[in-house]
Amino acid sequence: MDINLLRILVTVASFIMFVGIVIWAWRHRNTKDFQDAANLPFEED
Amino acid sequence: MQYLNTQSTTYNDTVVRQFSIMAVVWGVVGMLVGVIIAAQLVWPELNLGLPWTSFGRLRPLHTNAVIFAFGGSTLFATSYYVVQRTCHVSLFCNKLASFTFWGWQAVIVAAAISLPLGYTTGKEYAELEWPIDILIALVWVAYAVVFFGTIGTRKVKHIYVANWFFGAFILAVALLHIVNSAEVPVSFMKSYSAYAGVQDAMVQWWYGHNAVGFFLTAGFLGIMYYFVPKQAERPVYSYSLSIVHFWALIFTYMWAGPHHLHYTALPDWTQSLGMIFSLILLAPSWGGMINGMMTMSGAWHKLRTDPILRFMIVSLSFYGMSTFEGPMMAIKTVNSLSHYTDWTIGHVHSGALGWVGLVSMGSLYYMVPRLFGQKQMHSMKAIELHFWLATIGIVLYISSLWISGVMEGLMWRAINADGTLTYTFVESVKAKHPYYLIRLLGGTLYLSGMIIMLWNVLKTATSGKPALASIPSVAAQA
Repeated sequence: MDINLLRILVTVASFIMFVGIVIWAWRHRNTKDFQDAANLPFEED
Repeated sequence: MQYLNTQSTTYNDTVVRQFSIMAVVWGVVGMLVGVIIAAQLVWPELNLGLPWTSFGRLRPLHTNAVIFAFGGSTLFATSYYVVQRTCHVSLFCNKLASFTFWGWQAVIVAAAISLPLGYTTGKEYAELEWPIDILIALVWVAYAVVFFGTIGTRKVKHIYVANWFFGAFILAVALLHIVNSAEVPVSFMKSYSAYAGVQDAMVQWWYGHNAVGFFLTAGFLGIMYYFVPKQAERPVYSYSLSIVHFWALIFTYMWAGPHHLHYTALPDWTQSLGMIFSLILLAPSWGGMINGMMTMSGAWHKLRTDPILRFMIVSLSFYGMSTFEGPMMAIKTVNSLSHYTDWTIGHVHSGALGWVGLVSMGSLYYMVPRLFGQKQMHSMKAIELHFWLATIGIVLYISSLWISGVMEGLMWRAINADGTLTYTFVESVKAKHPYYLIRLLGGTLYLSGMIIMLWNVLKTATSGKPALASIPSVAAQA
């Protein structure tokens, strides 16, 4: 396979992955998981 | 498998205490060298006519001391403090953690001796010669084992966002250091880069800009995501935004390096790519700043009474300011004016003194009393004084260099009707003299604040005694 094709595929795949992360993070914004995670620093004391 | 740290009922704060104290000590030393070289720019005779005290040798000593000794020690201290408290487990392998402390101090001492003696690779922010590079690599691998070992043995399900930033900082710096320090030793303390020509320049600034992106940004964002919520006593504004912030920085920072090489032998398309990614970086940077700032919503009144919180929030304002200025300066046409002028130095210091410095001081003021079993720092008035000295110092520093930078850029490009240059180079140097004096004053104020901090920290440490913080026994829900 041409090295440039591989580079293009990796770049495009990374971009799609990033868009996926954004959608996933926003869908979970009001869930208990995220609220618990945000409160982690306060569980020590 | 039996892990080394599962039996412990208290956190390992010994190494945190060691790094915290040394961070303040190295802060004073590094900033003092900065003030000395700022004075040399005003009065060149202050180099004493000696090679060891000349500007060219002391300048890398200043940058290495403030970035790697002060900033590095702060990052070690805070990351070890945070990772234990958000994983509810003691550090993985105490002996290795202790090795990272002594190894890192050895690197700093080796730098403080070799740089004034004139040993340098000539690569900015990577000046240290190959034997020291090897020691740095060993310490860094140990750091990664301790940090990720602690994450791997955690008692809570979720990995808190601050640890993601610290983890990215550790991995990226390992990668950057090893690739950029690839060199051929020819004798003890002399080596040549493994790369040549424009490739060498590109590797160097891929390293250089990501040192800013991962050492001076991701690491300190890890600090921000733990200590701002703790000091404000409320969870981070948006956990979703913190995740998007993290991945956006990771995906874009690696590409921004070429903006250090505009109008050089680097191919034009690479320069443009670096410029575009630098512009994109504005979005995640401001997303992170807003996330930190909005954590204060409903608690803004605390800024009136809490100088530690003020350090953190003003730090975030400087983060926002310098991450707006940076992308703007990466635009090629703006860069043609700003590059090689004092504007660049002013920009770097608005990030370094404003963002990195203030957030470090804020987090150290948070940790030190807790590490030594005290309710608060020895003197809250001294923190207040430190805050104002530092803030006024930064404002004087960056505004004087804005003026002198733009002025010299305009003088260099001014041409007469017949096409000859309007000004000689030395005329632009002479015109900068008053601004160098103001910069020296700003730096001196910033240093005096740091000296007050050292006194305050030592007073707090000696009037208390090392505290044992116990690990919560009930496993957390998250």
